[in-house]
Amino acid sequence: MKKLLTLIVIFTSTFASAGTLVINSNQSGESSKAAFDAYVDAFKAAHPEVTVVVNEYEHEAYKTAIRNFLTAEAPDVAIWFAGNRMKFFVDQGLFADVSDVWADAGLNDSMASTKGSLTVDGKQYGVPWGYYQWGVYYRKDLFDNLGLNVPKNWEEFKWVCAMLKKNGITPITIGTKYLWTAGGWFDYLNLRINGYDHHMKLTAGKMSYEDPSLDAVFDAWRELIDPGYFLEDHASFSWQDAQAPQINGEAAMYLIGNFYVPTLESAGVVDKMDFFQFPTIVEGIGVAEDAPTDTMHIPSGAKNVKDAKKFLAFMSNAEAATNWAKMAGMLSPNKNADKPENRFSVMGAKMLAAADDIAQFWDRDANPDMAGAAMEGFQEFMVKPDREDKIRARLEKERARIHGAL
Amino acid sequence: MTFWERNQLKIAPFFFLAPAILIFLIYVIYPIVDSIWVSFHEWNGMDKKGLRGNGEPNWKWVGLDHYITLFTDDEEFYVSLFNNIRWLVFSLIAIPIGLMLALFVNQKIVGMRYIKSLFYFPFVINAVVIGVIFTWFYNPKYGALTFVLGFFGLDPIPFLAEENLATYGIIIASFFPGIAYTMILYITGLTGVNREMIEAGRIDGAAGFTMLWHVVLPQLKPATLIAIVVTIVGSLRSFDLIAVMTAGGPWGSSEVLAYKMYQESLFNYRMGYGAAIATILFLIMDIYIAWFLYRLFKSEKTEK
Repeated sequence: MKKLLTLIVIFTSTFASAGTLVINSNQSGESSKAAFDAYVDAFKAAHPEVTVVVNEYEHEAYKTAIRNFLTAEAPDVAIWFAGNRMKFFVDQGLFADVSDVWADAGLNDSMASTKGSLTVDGKQYGVPWGYYQWGVYYRKDLFDNLGLNVPKNWEEFKWVCAMLKKNGITPITIGTKYLWTAGGWFDYLNLRINGYDHHMKLTAGKMSYEDPSLDAVFDAWRELIDPGYFLEDHASFSWQDAQAPQINGEAAMYLIGNFYVPTLESAGVVDKMDFFQFPTIVEGIGVAEDAPTDTMHIPSGAKNVKDAKKFLAFMSNAEAATNWAKMAGMLSPNKNADKPENRFSVMGAKMLAAADDIAQFWDRDANPDMAGAAMEGFQEFMVKPDREDKIRARLEKERARIHGAL
Repeated sequence: MTFWERNQLKIAPFFFLAPAILIFLIYVIYPIVDSIWVSFHEWNGMDKKGLRGNGEPNWKWVGLDHYITLFTDDEEFYVSLFNNIRWLVFSLIAIPIGLMLALFVNQKIVGMRYIKSLFYFPFVINAVVIGVIFTWFYNPKYGALTFVLGFFGLDPIPFLAEENLATYGIIIASFFPGIAYTMILYITGLTGVNREMIEAGRIDGAAGFTMLWHVVLPQLKPATLIAIVVTIVGSLRSFDLIAVMTAGGPWGSSEVLAYKMYQESLFNYRMGYGAAIATILFLIMDIYIAWFLYRLFKSEKTEK
């Protein structure tokens, strides 16, 4: 399989000689492909001297293909994700330092808010092109019918859940078949209880999963699990399957990313929906949000670094940056970009601008191996909360194997 | 006569075989040997000469460490192994059902040809499609199964979300194409059944089950053998249905060795560990195939 992929990469890139810019893209969805194509066209118009070749990959297949093409036949630009996912390749020496692009194109100023997630040891290794908020998407009509207000803190949140449950509505929908949705819950509970720095220490593998500070996180989670506030049998649903109860009006809240909005629009329920920020749990903890950032990088093996840097620097073009993010349903990291129009994006932009810290998301902040094992543990905990000790011991064993003893 | 003219009858076969042998060596033998070699190393799939973030080399000799970890320190490995055994045992149920269906459609009734093709249809559908269909079927909220159970006043059974049921749920889905395949094997077998022997059996007073057991089944032995082999190999390779229906979940309880291997190597970037799992799976299959070939040669000898 690996050899085959390598061959495909070699074949697709042989017709690209010097002077052409080869870009490997994972923007395979309909709207994301259109958005990316528009950005490439805008770049071509601004730089007619550069011939651009785009190799498109299916989004999931890209995650395995990138390891092969970065070492075997590197493109000039590769699309990827910020945070630990980027750091992995930086550590391998496979992504080039692009700090000069940040300095020359004025990105240090226009993209200051996302700079941290692209920085390793004080140097930048990529340029962001879009990000989106996470939060609770809820049925405003169901809330209104029961006279419920948006919960601001944990007590209110639990009360809202209890009221919904009492009235025969599933308070929270979730589908954990592909695990990461459970990661979102852990992210928010830990960010709200122990704060950003603690959370980053944990995702970096520098803290035990048996640490007593995490007891409160699992206890809070249990306060929702034990009364049955989560959708029943959620392990058999994907995140898309779990949309159905909410669209049918049988479930009220969904902790998910802004990529949920296009589904709500096509299902015709978007007018009944609203969004609120994950409630405060412990007073005085800085407000941190999950906002995964999608990025572009120049592989170390790139042949046409000159044009690749032009392509990354083109992100300083506010109009092109706006378009790409908007068409893909994201927020632009460029502060000069137009303000978003979609009301969910507007709320997201406002919430993120006010946030003290931005996390990427569980499986982007943590080492991929650890992230997978941990999310499996979270899923198990959400169904069998009594196994908490066993699960945490198992995660700690995994952590020690991957990151070494503390 | 030149050397070529004198020997071409002896040499020609090698030329004809060469392309096949070459491809077999490159695409089958070399990957097997390479996988076994990789299984003795710690490797993250990156440049073998490079270094990891923590300064360790990407490619490091660890000897038998992976195998020791697998057997002594990895609960999930045993879960996968037992699931493989469950697959191996329970997927055999498809064979008698296939035989029954074959006997049923092997009647001379108008329109039977169409019924035959309908029964065969599941085998033609892609496994991923079958997986998706059965996932909907099992959907504890809106699925057909829930509807049927509800009709009888029963609670929904969340087959794929229950750690003790998930594997069985997937095996049942695998019956769908499995039964169709064994049915076709038996239909072809039944066309070869000797009519005179059946007549003779009838004269001796055999009917119904006695006839099936003592007269028909012995003649279907080759079909049965192939059905068993195909089913067992298929059950050991089971992967696509698991990936589609549960992704190994809930919490890894429906994983099999092939799926765990894929997870470890392609998602967790532990190529060496994944290769060790692959090697064990290879050995399990090998034992079985050796036994099968031995049986095959032995039965051929006795027939001569």
